[in-house]
Amino acid sequence: MKTAKINVKDGDLLTTLRDSFRSILQLEDISAILVPQHLTAKNVVMPTLVTDPEQLNGTDPLAPVFPLNAAKIVSRLTRKPMGAKVAVVLRPCEIRAFVELVKLKQGRIEEVVLVGIDCLGAFKNGDYIEIVGKKEEKFTSRFYKDALSGKNLTIEGFGLAPACKACENPIPNNADILIGLFGVDTDNHVLIQARTPKGEALYDRLDLFDTEEPPERSAAVESLVAERTVYRDKMFAETTEATNSLEKLNTYFAECVNCYNCRVACPVCYCKECVFVTDVFNHDPVQYLRWANRKGVIKMPTDTVFYHLTRIAHMSTSCVGCGQCTNACPNDIPVMELFRTVSYHTQKAFEYEAGRSIEEDLPLSVFREDELAEVVGIGKAA
Amino acid sequence: MANFEPTIIAFVCNWCTYTAADLAGTARLGYPANVRLIRVMCTGMVDPKYVIKALLEGADAVLVSGCHPGDCHYINGNFKARRRIKLLKEILSQFGFGDERLRLTWIGASDGIQFAETIHDMVAQVRTLGPNEAKAAMVI
Repeated sequence: MKTAKINVKDGDLLTTLRDSFRSILQLEDISAILVPQHLTAKNVVMPTLVTDPEQLNGTDPLAPVFPLNAAKIVSRLTRKPMGAKVAVVLRPCEIRAFVELVKLKQGRIEEVVLVGIDCLGAFKNGDYIEIVGKKEEKFTSRFYKDALSGKNLTIEGFGLAPACKACENPIPNNADILIGLFGVDTDNHVLIQARTPKGEALYDRLDLFDTEEPPERSAAVESLVAERTVYRDKMFAETTEATNSLEKLNTYFAECVNCYNCRVACPVCYCKECVFVTDVFNHDPVQYLRWANRKGVIKMPTDTVFYHLTRIAHMSTSCVGCGQCTNACPNDIPVMELFRTVSYHTQKAFEYEAGRSIEEDLPLSVFREDELAEVVGIGKAA
Repeated sequence: MANFEPTIIAFVCNWCTYTAADLAGTARLGYPANVRLIRVMCTGMVDPKYVIKALLEGADAVLVSGCHPGDCHYINGNFKARRRIKLLKEILSQFGFGDERLRLTWIGASDGIQFAETIHDMVAQVRTLGPNEAKAAMVI
């Protein structure tokens, strides 16, 4: 693993990052770079695919928002060979989701170089638009300075998204190239680290001077992760308490209108056609009457809890906890909280962690002959 | 709940447990009528949705039963089923469906007696456990 420092001019991190991306894009074998940029309208930040180094002026990977999990974009870019190499600048949760998608055969890693930046977190999409949509141009600069100096990030009553507060993976450990901010004197420099042979091949051509990782970094990361873990565990406990019976689960999803936005926003829900929008769930009209007759009443639309439980069964072992499901909910149901809570248990059951490594098999794609003896049998007779 | 009669939905594989149930019948072994057998070609084809649907529709318990390890007609369907049941147990236990509501057993084609005993024991267990919450309440 090679590490270098890049000098920051005038304390302006964004310009420094922009220049680094420009030098990556100027390497002859890198055809394009996928990077979040400010669009002209409304301060919105969206992933952009850039081939012209002059078109990087709106680059803003530190803006506290990601309107979608860009793993889905990278999956689109890589589903077939494109004969060119693309550098993709992603958040750690986006990298982890992409790793899952590659294992699910929904993308290819061969033609991308994963560039990950230490993640400062994001606001919920709606909150971000509310805070900066129409005003402050320089919001990102203010935000990253506050985030890196450990200040309270509550702005106009809006705090970071719960998914980010509960995220114990702020460091993109499985990126090819890591850009480090935590525990680094970011007024003067940022870290750049090659973490894989692919990353190293790129790093070597960037004319960098090798250095050591600053000793403060590991402690800074550790304390951040510890703080996040406390929040996360509290969230797990509260969510379990709020859903540990069917009646409570009904309450939890009471506002759900079966719009399936959470499934559309989910980076690892990859089915081209979800079974819940097929004719399997387009029930015969008389079937609804039959169901209603049984208990005298059914809630319409039907199959709400069924949908959520099935989605949990399908994707919980690959859930990276990015929180886009909560972002997508029109009725503000805390979807991420429940999915992360259950996913924590299902992933632990198979000693698996979504996005940790491209080498680990998806739990439901493999089996061992001598395992799980405890799930077989009916226990003691009553 | 003195006269609570549990309903158990059992997904049984064509080659082993269904045949065992058949054998129990031809051998005139009695077992409780609380169980509703659904014959599937292999436990490996039991979609998690089937189990979730059965429980949300008010089944008091679900049994998935197939060939012993190594005996699967399709070589390894039962191993895949075992992983899925593990997954489902982890998920369902979060929502108050404990271990007793979802069971996986291996009952071979010649184990008619074991089939009858398993159903006896499971019905007794679920009877003690009480009815599934979804039986009376509306599930949204």
